[in-house]
Amino acid sequence: MRAVRHWSVRNARGLMRLYDLFQNTIVALEPLVRRIGYDRLERPVAAVEHAIKGAMFDCQMCGQCALSSTGMSCPMNCPKNLRNGPCGGVRADGNCEVKPDMPCVWVKAWAGAQTMMSDNILDVQLPVDNRLKGHSSWLRIIREIKAGGPAKPKSTARKAA
Amino acid sequence: MTTEEEGIGTGPLNDGPAYPEMIDPGPIDPAAPLEPMPGHSSRGRLERILRAGEFAVTAELSPPDSADPVDVFERAAIFDGWVDAINATDGSGANCHMSSVGVCALLTRVGYAPVMQISGRDRNRIAIQGDVLGASAMGVANILCLTGDGVQCGDHPEAKPVFDMDCMATLETIRAMRDESRFASGRKLDKAPDIFIGAAANPFAPPYDFRPLRLAKKIAAGAQFVQTQYCYDIDLLKSYMARVRDMGLHEQCFIMVGVGPLASAKAARWIRSNVPGVHIPDAIVARLEGAQKQKEEGKRLCIDLIQEIREIEGVSGIHLMAYRQEESVAEIISESGALRDRKPHSVNPVIPQYMQQRFRVPS
Repeated sequence: MRAVRHWSVRNARGLMRLYDLFQNTIVALEPLVRRIGYDRLERPVAAVEHAIKGAMFDCQMCGQCALSSTGMSCPMNCPKNLRNGPCGGVRADGNCEVKPDMPCVWVKAWAGAQTMMSDNILDVQLPVDNRLKGHSSWLRIIREIKAGGPAKPKSTARKAA
Repeated sequence: MTTEEEGIGTGPLNDGPAYPEMIDPGPIDPAAPLEPMPGHSSRGRLERILRAGEFAVTAELSPPDSADPVDVFERAAIFDGWVDAINATDGSGANCHMSSVGVCALLTRVGYAPVMQISGRDRNRIAIQGDVLGASAMGVANILCLTGDGVQCGDHPEAKPVFDMDCMATLETIRAMRDESRFASGRKLDKAPDIFIGAAANPFAPPYDFRPLRLAKKIAAGAQFVQTQYCYDIDLLKSYMARVRDMGLHEQCFIMVGVGPLASAKAARWIRSNVPGVHIPDAIVARLEGAQKQKEEGKRLCIDLIQEIREIEGVSGIHLMAYRQEESVAEIISESGALRDRKPHSVNPVIPQYMQQRFRVPS
């Protein structure tokens, strides 16, 4: 599956555009979602989300997707779950300190972020909320945007200079 | 209301401490924090030195595999009068040793200035925030936030890696504890910890062009000083620092460069293939290999590096990690002229009598 994950990072910019369209669509569908009920939709939507994002990004379903800030490279695949950039242990060949045969998730993220031409990667990501594990990020985003909350999936503390 | 009648429990809010006998004015306490100063976050010596524009020197103490306080004091005494602060590592290399909070508690009680390292590998946010309060209460003025090495590189590879917070989240959490007097949960603190907050940086690992941006993120999250990984590649450091200066980061954060003597060419080879994140160029290995006395050459190399590093604009100090060569720290600092004519505060600690008696099982 790693090959697909790496393809996704290489095509981060296109995927970001696709995702923006998708997000607008699901936000537009919010009245319908509300009618059916967020709670009732949680399990099926989470299952679909897991299937799609699992295939494309090796998504770990942390429930607070940060892909748009991490060059479409899922940070939960980092053995240290780093969400703010590469640790100091990255090998000279760009591979992971913990898993020597795996390219560092953040080396990939940095490459992806450069194709995306966005500086979201400079956002300081707050610690994950472990209660959200396994839940749908998509439903959370719809709910937050409709509630006038952050348009970005994960609230950010501040941006680097 | 017997307690009220006896005057117990009414003290702190009314007229002085409830237990006046606990406050012993005594002679001047070497462990007492410095007077608060405007523009300073902590009451420790390291921040004073750095903010005064001095070139600071810190050294790393490797914590003992022992429950004997004397083992800590002996290791600290080697640095006394040579450094501005002593780093207490937190299970570095994922190997188990005395805890950093324990080492710091011992060091502060006799007057040393420790930098307490906190790694996110072994503890979650509840434990870390508790340690920050405890350490601050015991006089720790400096805390360095790390993500930590993976458990696989240490002596307990079967352990569960925690990594609840990465270094960025730890920085932000401690900054909020200090500046907003609250836990990450939002719950208020009665007294905020006065902490000078630090982070690590590794300019010597890929992706190189992201490294200065990562430093910028750490500063945004709360880092006031950084100590870098071992520097053996001066050109890489210079290009990193050029970018750092372009971004103005050296004006927002004190940058201390990590250095350390290599014992031999063999040791250098072992380190670069076994210790995560340490980059040693071939030229360095060749220089050691060509020397008759490799250990002496390792020290010479370290001194040369310090002298070059000291001249780089934006570098505020060095951090000496002389693992298993701690006895050479004084010589390296003195020979390199890192301190110029400055003499760091010397503690000359008075070790409590009962701590000096090593425990023996009566036979």
